Amino acid sequence: MQAAYVARRFGVFLLIVWLAGTLNFFLPRMSGQDPVRTKLLQQAALGGYVQGGIEEMTREYERRFGLDKPLWRQYLTYLHDISQLDFNYSIANYPRTVRELVADALPWTIGLLGITTLLSFGIGTLLGALLAWPRAPRWMVWLMPPLWALHAIPFFLLGLILTYLLAFQMPLLPIFGGYSAGITPALSWSFAWDVLQHALLPALSIILVATGGWALGMRGMTVTILGEDYVVFAEAKGLRASTVFMRYCVRNAILPQVTALALALGQILSGAVLVEVIFGYPGIGTLLYQAIRENDHFVIQGIVFTVIVALGFTTFVLDVVYPWLDPRISYHRT
Amino acid sequence: MRGAFRYLGRNPSLTVGIALLAALGLFVIIGNLLVDTHDSRPLSVPTLRPPSRDFPFGTDRQGRDLLAVMVAGTPLTLRIGFIAGFFGVGLGTVLAFIAAYYRGLVDTMIRGIADIGLTVPGLLVLIIIAVSIKGTLTVSQMALVVASLAWLYPTRTIRAQVLSLRERGYVEVARLSGMSGPGIIFLELMPNLLPYLAATLVSAVSSAILASIALEVLGLGPIDAPTLGMTLYWVNFNAAMINGWWWWWIAPTVIILTVFLGLFFLTVGLDEIANPRLRRSA
Repeated sequence: MQAAYVARRFGVFLLIVWLAGTLNFFLPRMSGQDPVRTKLLQQAALGGYVQGGIEEMTREYERRFGLDKPLWRQYLTYLHDISQLDFNYSIANYPRTVRELVADALPWTIGLLGITTLLSFGIGTLLGALLAWPRAPRWMVWLMPPLWALHAIPFFLLGLILTYLLAFQMPLLPIFGGYSAGITPALSWSFAWDVLQHALLPALSIILVATGGWALGMRGMTVTILGEDYVVFAEAKGLRASTVFMRYCVRNAILPQVTALALALGQILSGAVLVEVIFGYPGIGTLLYQAIRENDHFVIQGIVFTVIVALGFTTFVLDVVYPWLDPRISYHRT
Repeated sequence: MRGAFRYLGRNPSLTVGIALLAALGLFVIIGNLLVDTHDSRPLSVPTLRPPSRDFPFGTDRQGRDLLAVMVAGTPLTLRIGFIAGFFGVGLGTVLAFIAAYYRGLVDTMIRGIADIGLTVPGLLVLIIIAVSIKGTLTVSQMALVVASLAWLYPTRTIRAQVLSLRERGYVEVARLSGMSGPGIIFLELMPNLLPYLAATLVSAVSSAILASIALEVLGLGPIDAPTLGMTLYWVNFNAAMINGWWWWWIAPTVIILTVFLGLFFLTVGLDEIANPRLRRSA
């Protein structure tokens, strides 16, 4: 049964990959743009060297790029290329390939997002459970309103405010970039310290907002579970409070949280893109921002495809791990 | 009327939400009476003036009066949110009812599309759509782009709600007494779904506004419109933060904060109406 479950989930993952590729291929074509002709006309308009014979040149370029082939052939070629993560060259940074650019940026985003998501999920979940727990310290009640308010703010807006307070007014932290200008990346303590300092503000603006969301979700779940018969029974048996809390409440309430995490990954990433733009953090978001400014279509498509596939894979892993967290689900078909 | 006020006293989230949004509405209405919104265009006023008596919110580098920008831009941003939000919840409701009514293959497909669509980062898909459109977008096109994904979440949640509603006793009674399908949908299900739909609508508007601001900050928005997101785009473009032009980003930040906090508290308040069980836990 287990193999069938994993295979089905993997099928969904493949479906997402195929959809992402198809979207990338057809959407730009549906708008009826003609990139070769546009480019040549632009050059002609600039008073460049191209004057006559634009029709012939368009045809020749289209033949070279394979654009004269029928659409389904182009589509298959495209799918073949992207299945090997080959997105062609960057227009703005020629001769660098899109794959190189994305590979340079990806570790920054994965590092920032991975750490902030794990931290905010962990802290938020525990905080939420404690907020619902009747024996938690009284002062925790006061955490609720700020958590609520922070939760409603977009990451990047909090980022703007934090930058102003902590980097501009009181210059405690660097304002911009992933590491100080003039430092060459190296595997040394001083460079790691520099990177950490630069990551602190973007990370803080994600963690402060996201923690509130996880805490609110977990609190709602825990409140429901506290009313369950088995919790009353566990208390009546005289189990230690910490056992009832961790093994009976948190253990059960965490399940919907994990489902929510799988669903929220896309949203978290969308939000983090803007945080990177605001802070000039050298990850996927900033690369995307520059690509949009320079109209670098190949880079935009490469990023969109890579990120959708990466997130799809993460969801797949979460799906496979989930039955291990919740034995009731097992691998049987529902 | 008196009853309504007493209810607001018991539902502080709803009160706070309505108050914040009403304050914003007043700002726009009074602003329209006092300020010439033509000053929201570039080259209308002296550049880069900090807040003063003539320009309470200051002016930006291209010579826009930021107060006029806020007065003209807030309704534009809200309009994008409302068009996309209404479209999303409308389509979502129809799809949810189709899925919950026919079940079987149709249901599996609709649910599958919504589930897969939700795991994909929406902003990236919106970027591909926006990049594919020829030329720069207008505010209405912007709203349609954002709307193209706004139905996913409403479809999923409303479907779940309809499925739980249709098992209730009163629906069973209506069915047994020979009520027609549309009759059950409009007379039995809809009235009970309305508060829930309202809460879904408000949160859909909120995420549509967020998506539109995100596209705008990335440089894919309506370049010549003074929306809140475009203002932030120019802030970022001109590095206003590092240059110390604090007034340029303070105004849009405060207004966007008010919008999101207002919509959030409104959602929480409406949720409390839709789902009375929350009252105990809140």
